[in-house]
Amino acid sequence: MAVFTDVVCPFCGCLCDDLEITVKGNEIKGAKNACAISRSKFMSHRENRIMTPTVKGKEASLEEAVEAAAKALASAKRPLVYGLSSTECGAIARCVELAEITGGVVDNTSSVCHGPTILALQQVGESKASLGEVKNRADLVAFWGSNPPAAHIRHFARYSVTPKGLYVPEGRKGRYVVNVDVRETPTSRVADQFIKVDHGGDFELLLALRAAVRGTEITEDVSGVPAEEINALAKRMKEAKMGIVFFGLGLTQSDGRHMNIDAAVGLVAELNHHTKFVLTPMRGHYNVAGANTVTTWQSGYPYAVDFARGYPRYNPGEYSAVDMLAKGEPDAAIIVASDPAATFPADAAKHLARIPTITLEQKVTPTTMLSEVVIPVATAGIEVEGTAYRMDGFSLRLSKVVEPHGGVKSDREVLDMIVERVKALKEDA
Amino acid sequence: MGDLRIKGGYVYDPLNGVDGDAMDVLISGGKVVENVGRDAKVIDAKGKLVMAGGVDVHSHIAGSKINIGRLMRPEDHRKDVVPRTRVTRAGVGYSCPSTFVAGYRYAQMGYTAVMEAAMPPLGARHVHEELNDTPIIDKTAFTLFGNNHFTLKYVKEGDLEKLKAFISWLLRATRGYAVKIVNPGGVENWKWGKNVGGLDDLVYNYEVSPRQIVTSLAQANEELGLPHTIHLHCNNLGVPGNYETTIDTMEAVKGIKPADGRKATVHVAHCQFNSLDGDNWMNVKSGASKVAKYVNANEHVTIDLGQVIFTDTTTMTGDGPWQFRLWNITGNKWVNSDVEMEAGAGVVPYTFRKDNPANAIQWGIGLELALLIEDPWRVYMTTDHPNGGPFTYYPTVIAWLMSRQARTDIMREMNKSVLRRTTLPNIYREYTFGEIATVTRAATAKALGLKDKGHLGIGADGDVSVYHLDPTAWRPSMYRDLEKSLARAAYTVKGGEIVVKDGEVTATPLGSTFWVDSKVPEKLEAEMMKEVEADFDKYYTVGFRNYPVEDAYLPTGIRVEARGRWAR
Repeated sequence: MAVFTDVVCPFCGCLCDDLEITVKGNEIKGAKNACAISRSKFMSHRENRIMTPTVKGKEASLEEAVEAAAKALASAKRPLVYGLSSTECGAIARCVELAEITGGVVDNTSSVCHGPTILALQQVGESKASLGEVKNRADLVAFWGSNPPAAHIRHFARYSVTPKGLYVPEGRKGRYVVNVDVRETPTSRVADQFIKVDHGGDFELLLALRAAVRGTEITEDVSGVPAEEINALAKRMKEAKMGIVFFGLGLTQSDGRHMNIDAAVGLVAELNHHTKFVLTPMRGHYNVAGANTVTTWQSGYPYAVDFARGYPRYNPGEYSAVDMLAKGEPDAAIIVASDPAATFPADAAKHLARIPTITLEQKVTPTTMLSEVVIPVATAGIEVEGTAYRMDGFSLRLSKVVEPHGGVKSDREVLDMIVERVKALKEDA
Repeated sequence: MGDLRIKGGYVYDPLNGVDGDAMDVLISGGKVVENVGRDAKVIDAKGKLVMAGGVDVHSHIAGSKINIGRLMRPEDHRKDVVPRTRVTRAGVGYSCPSTFVAGYRYAQMGYTAVMEAAMPPLGARHVHEELNDTPIIDKTAFTLFGNNHFTLKYVKEGDLEKLKAFISWLLRATRGYAVKIVNPGGVENWKWGKNVGGLDDLVYNYEVSPRQIVTSLAQANEELGLPHTIHLHCNNLGVPGNYETTIDTMEAVKGIKPADGRKATVHVAHCQFNSLDGDNWMNVKSGASKVAKYVNANEHVTIDLGQVIFTDTTTMTGDGPWQFRLWNITGNKWVNSDVEMEAGAGVVPYTFRKDNPANAIQWGIGLELALLIEDPWRVYMTTDHPNGGPFTYYPTVIAWLMSRQARTDIMREMNKSVLRRTTLPNIYREYTFGEIATVTRAATAKALGLKDKGHLGIGADGDVSVYHLDPTAWRPSMYRDLEKSLARAAYTVKGGEIVVKDGEVTATPLGSTFWVDSKVPEKLEAEMMKEVEADFDKYYTVGFRNYPVEDAYLPTGIRVEARGRWAR
């Protein structure tokens, strides 16, 4: 029986790093400190595994599958590389290289989650902080369009609501928690104040709050929120010692999208004339921040990057996976660590079935079922080491606690093989 | 890799007293040697300028700050795209180049070693990941200490021994090379939305002053015998009148005994931004002559320029409150990033304009510092990339240093403030090639304690740059030719391998990352670690054991031993 301590959880953007994983033989027997989702990921990581590569539904050797993948990608005019957010950074780097050598497009899941957050950052910036700043200083914590108990289970306890910090020694009692959402959620039940905003009314409410912070008294209700509530919240925010807004897809994927974030950034920036205020996106997949980070240092751009001209170009809406697939642009695709067939609009997903799609996956998914080539891979953070970036942009080392199930290779190793073969095929051509 | 003979060039190697002699440079096994075999490859350098590879003492090329710059500035990338070639990766350039392009472009200019000047410990893993994707050049990263909880704690307690133990441990944990200090105390106060206004203001909750922080860290640095002095971004950066703070800070560390083998106890980074006189941006004027006068009289100080370039660039520092101030001045987009228990950062795009009086003065200050400080071994050429401008403008800066005509020509296009509020028009000094080799290579390598770099003596690293320029025929009026030839080296040789030929990258080996290992007594280290671990468990959000950078992130790491009294 071996016990691995300080294990980083490869599930959500919280990247909790205090897990204790018990292993006997090559099997995980326990996951201490893990939340329910994390425990399930560790304990069930062997269930439903794909055991052999397949090409057009037939079992194949790894070499045959790599050859089929490389041929499809090397001969494609507009290949799409997509996913990236649930694997380690080394694999992400190879995805970028694969797009580069094939003159294709690389996109990651942020184009369907926090892409608008990045667009807003490119427009106006962002005042942010690492999660420990929140734990140590924040006496006002707002959750806007986000619901950690469902998606980031230990966020409240580790970072934002209950932990005792350097200047918040009382923990929960030292913090005023605000929740803004279109409906009550488990977060609103924890919050000191719940503000119900009309569906699609976030932008107006954020602007009204900003105006109130600037000293304009709000005299009318905005987005279903009473004027006095807005004025009072603005006052409370200005008087906080340090405040933070955590925002989720309720803000990024509702009407207004990046304009909502633009307004939130503006509100927070305004508050910095009075006190310390920051905001942080609640990133979902454990390494979606890493997908943005690596793609940015390699190409200059965070997602939706096109290499058709030999140099990187960036245009979300044009080079983002959903838009490309919906238009029927890609003539081959490779999906790494993602399941677009389950999550994309039907029209986009359907196109994946029409073209040679190569998928690197651990488990049977809707995407593997429509893929021409399926290559089983090891699970990063359980069977493979690597780097992952937390929602606040800081990275941690993922652990390997067991050998890869069935001796499969990692994303990085398989991508290395594909990259090498594609290079050789391109040289010949 | 075979032997190499760089034949008959005009060699400038100031550390070895070589000043333009026509001679051969021989390389074998990646090092400069006395003899090479008959079958050595020959580079014909006849009539060309030959120097050791450039060593940049202060730049921002890797980690969260520059990556925020890349992320927030697609408009910066679009004007400078870099296609893939058979040997190089695609990317983007200009003020926030992608990692690959940064490596290529430094090498294309003949630079072979670059220091990343600000690494937050919590972001160290990220810095090293990017450094591993930065090809060709050797690298180091300076770890941020000036606003770290444990620094402030030990300074408050007056416990210099534990401070030394902490520095020693954190440099090892982050694989850092030097003690970097950014706006000491000010960044911690910024976490409450405030700053410090000078050396004797106090840091909230810790009740220590910037003066105490700087002197304690400098004292500890010298006693540990670290290869480089403290590397300091002073308080009040960018504030008119700040030259006084700068001189006060230099004076504060004057009495400290330097480590063996050097006279310096402090390096003041991007000094241009800290040499402003006047009371506000309306009556701002140059304080460079006062700073230069102090530096000339005091051997314990080295500086680098942070020269301004007239272009659109991206400012990024660990100085959160300054970046907030700059955002308020410009109204441009602003990113702030605070790091728990230890640091902060900010990023704001900025355009330096010739017709802006303050910018014209800032441009003048950088050159005044370079030209008024007499000893080239203590003033180094940088733009504080990308803060004053992108490093790709180094050839232009060198042209200004070597040619008064180059300076006069551009001053004609500038706001008249540069004529009235700096002393630059009255300065006739022009750098020699030997002095250029000093301020870009020899002196920087020496200040950094990189003993095998910056020179071409026997045993030096085989890092050499050869330029299409005949220094015996060159005159200051030919400054445009100089710029052109320095921008695209005829050859850059890295570790004995030709990596650039006629300005094009021909090979992309991964350079080394140097880090410092210093020693304190085991018992002292254990006591310090116990305290650090206890606070760590309470206040950090990452586990103590997950904090140090793992060996996997230094595939080409080189350990440099400090030479303090506890060294083995």
